[in-house]
Amino acid sequence: MYAYDELDRTLINERVSEFRDQVKRRLSGELTEDEFKMLRLQNGVYLQLHAYMFRVAIPYGTLSSKQLRALAHVARKYDRGYGHFTTRQNIQFNWIKLAELPDALADLAEVGIHAMQTSGNNTRNVTSDQWAGVAPGEVEDPRIWSELLRQYTTLHPEFSFLPRKFKFAITASDHDRAAIKIHDIGLRLYKNAEGATGFEVLVGGGLGRTPFIGKTIKPFVHGRDILSYVEAILRVYNQYGRRDNIYKARIKILVHELGIEKFAHEVEEEWQQMRDSALTLDDSVIEEIRSRFSYPAYERLAHMPDELKKAAHDPKFEAWRRNSVFTHKVQGYSIVTLSLKPVGGPPGDATAEQMDAIADLADKYSFGEIRVGHEQNLVLPHVARRDLPVLWKALDKIGVATPNINLVSDIIACPGLDYCSLANARSIPIAQELTRRFANHDTANLIGRLHINISGCINACGHHHVGHIGILGVEKNGEEFYQITIGGRADEDAQMGTLIGPAVPYGEVADVIEDIVEAYLALRARPDELFVDTVKRLGVEPFRERVYATR
Amino acid sequence: MTSPLEQKKIKLAGPSMVTANRTWDGVVIYRTAQQGWSANLSDAAIVRTSDEARTLLGEATADDVGAIGAYIAPVEVEDGGAVRPGNLREHIRSEGLTIALPA
Repeated sequence: MYAYDELDRTLINERVSEFRDQVKRRLSGELTEDEFKMLRLQNGVYLQLHAYMFRVAIPYGTLSSKQLRALAHVARKYDRGYGHFTTRQNIQFNWIKLAELPDALADLAEVGIHAMQTSGNNTRNVTSDQWAGVAPGEVEDPRIWSELLRQYTTLHPEFSFLPRKFKFAITASDHDRAAIKIHDIGLRLYKNAEGATGFEVLVGGGLGRTPFIGKTIKPFVHGRDILSYVEAILRVYNQYGRRDNIYKARIKILVHELGIEKFAHEVEEEWQQMRDSALTLDDSVIEEIRSRFSYPAYERLAHMPDELKKAAHDPKFEAWRRNSVFTHKVQGYSIVTLSLKPVGGPPGDATAEQMDAIADLADKYSFGEIRVGHEQNLVLPHVARRDLPVLWKALDKIGVATPNINLVSDIIACPGLDYCSLANARSIPIAQELTRRFANHDTANLIGRLHINISGCINACGHHHVGHIGILGVEKNGEEFYQITIGGRADEDAQMGTLIGPAVPYGEVADVIEDIVEAYLALRARPDELFVDTVKRLGVEPFRERVYATR
Repeated sequence: MTSPLEQKKIKLAGPSMVTANRTWDGVVIYRTAQQGWSANLSDAAIVRTSDEARTLLGEATADDVGAIGAYIAPVEVEDGGAVRPGNLREHIRSEGLTIALPA
């Protein structure tokens, strides 16, 4: 966990007072909506279909149990008893009243939570690997660098009025769980041949209306230079990025139009003027941030304790353990993923009661720490393996032990037309129906790893472009239709999916997905050939034939 | 689809109303013929021409303190006069989520 210093606490509290005054002036009519809109957006407040939506920042997806309880409190006191974890490791509340928002922010500020960097044309919440700090083989904890960027970019005047929003993601593992290639800037932390720690810097990734995979702009930037290099990128973006057309304002469009070589040249020229400046990081700066992260005092524990051997006879426990428990860097401990994808449930939602219970379990079994993954699940990152059986029972009791992590029913979905003012079509009911169709765990395991991502509009909050199967809601003559893509992926081999054919109506989506999955099972070369690899080997044509032959 | 919040040209395909969200709490509201707001669609003023719609929208947006994001949306008026939302979006705004709340 990272402990905020006095500067951060002062900033957060001052922000609450400032927003309280702004809301008061808005409600009295002193501020018009035009004047107020940017102010509310800078505090994570959107207007959705039914009400205001309040998006709260969870920097790099790390929460303390105390913070999770505060989120539960906000859900219970100011909302309708639940929250929605997002694909950028944040949480959203859907029914909050503007008049009560300052109180909600004040309650969150008491535990160091705020809503900065969750909206507006500025740098957004820096996201990272939900296994940061505990993943085997990781170079080092990427959250140290995420926190550095958070501190540097928060309220930075040059980054607060960018042409469009700007998103960072950082990973320090070979396997990318942070989807860095679909971010404006993706950073991969590694050690070079000389043993120096630095970053491969990718730029121009993003989804939405014009999707692009990020391109490597510089293969290695030393850690001490990362702030100056990132600032050089943002300066070039600020200078050349389009402000006349919202659809062409993201950095990915600039990179595409200039070409990566020209863009890299511009950045290099900018960087050479500033690289040996005050932005060069002293080791003490990094150490200061590192020192504010607390790490558990792990015990020396057996890899296979008696409790685990005994529980292995329970097939339900074993099904969960095999699916949701992952190798930790410390022997005797595991990383446990909590599924927020129950059969028939809205993906990523958690009730206040679940949040409170998870916070209690984190205190008891995970050194008080919880992580949020961009796949909209939660993680307990430090669970002693001897505690797995008892933890499983507790998680099962509150409905977050569905053994479907990375399987077909572990669906990413945006809120869609049930909530969102931008959406053209519903996402959640499609996801719910699919989880019912694939509720049988044996079938899901037979299918293997398969990511279905659903977005209710082209803005792609549900990351449909990079789903193994992507589902995009569109509107045709007032009816909901859905385009289906296959073969996308968001990991280190990220690529966009390919459209398989004409959009299908709402009522046929689940049937189409079943057809695609059945085709895969018939076509795969071996039982362990993943869906996405079968698509890569065969292309989309066999799937297209299967889906449209009878439609 | 362009969000209705970004409406510029007013072109009606049928009977319409003006809707917005109440400023202090965000609740869905409808502009009434009495130059006020109601949370019930049945109270909405129904317009049938672009000029009527423009006037109603103008009144609605003039109330910057009471309402936010006013726009024109289609309705269906049944033979008996009952008013129904004219598309799925407005149906969801009027009737609520098409899914059960998490419990």
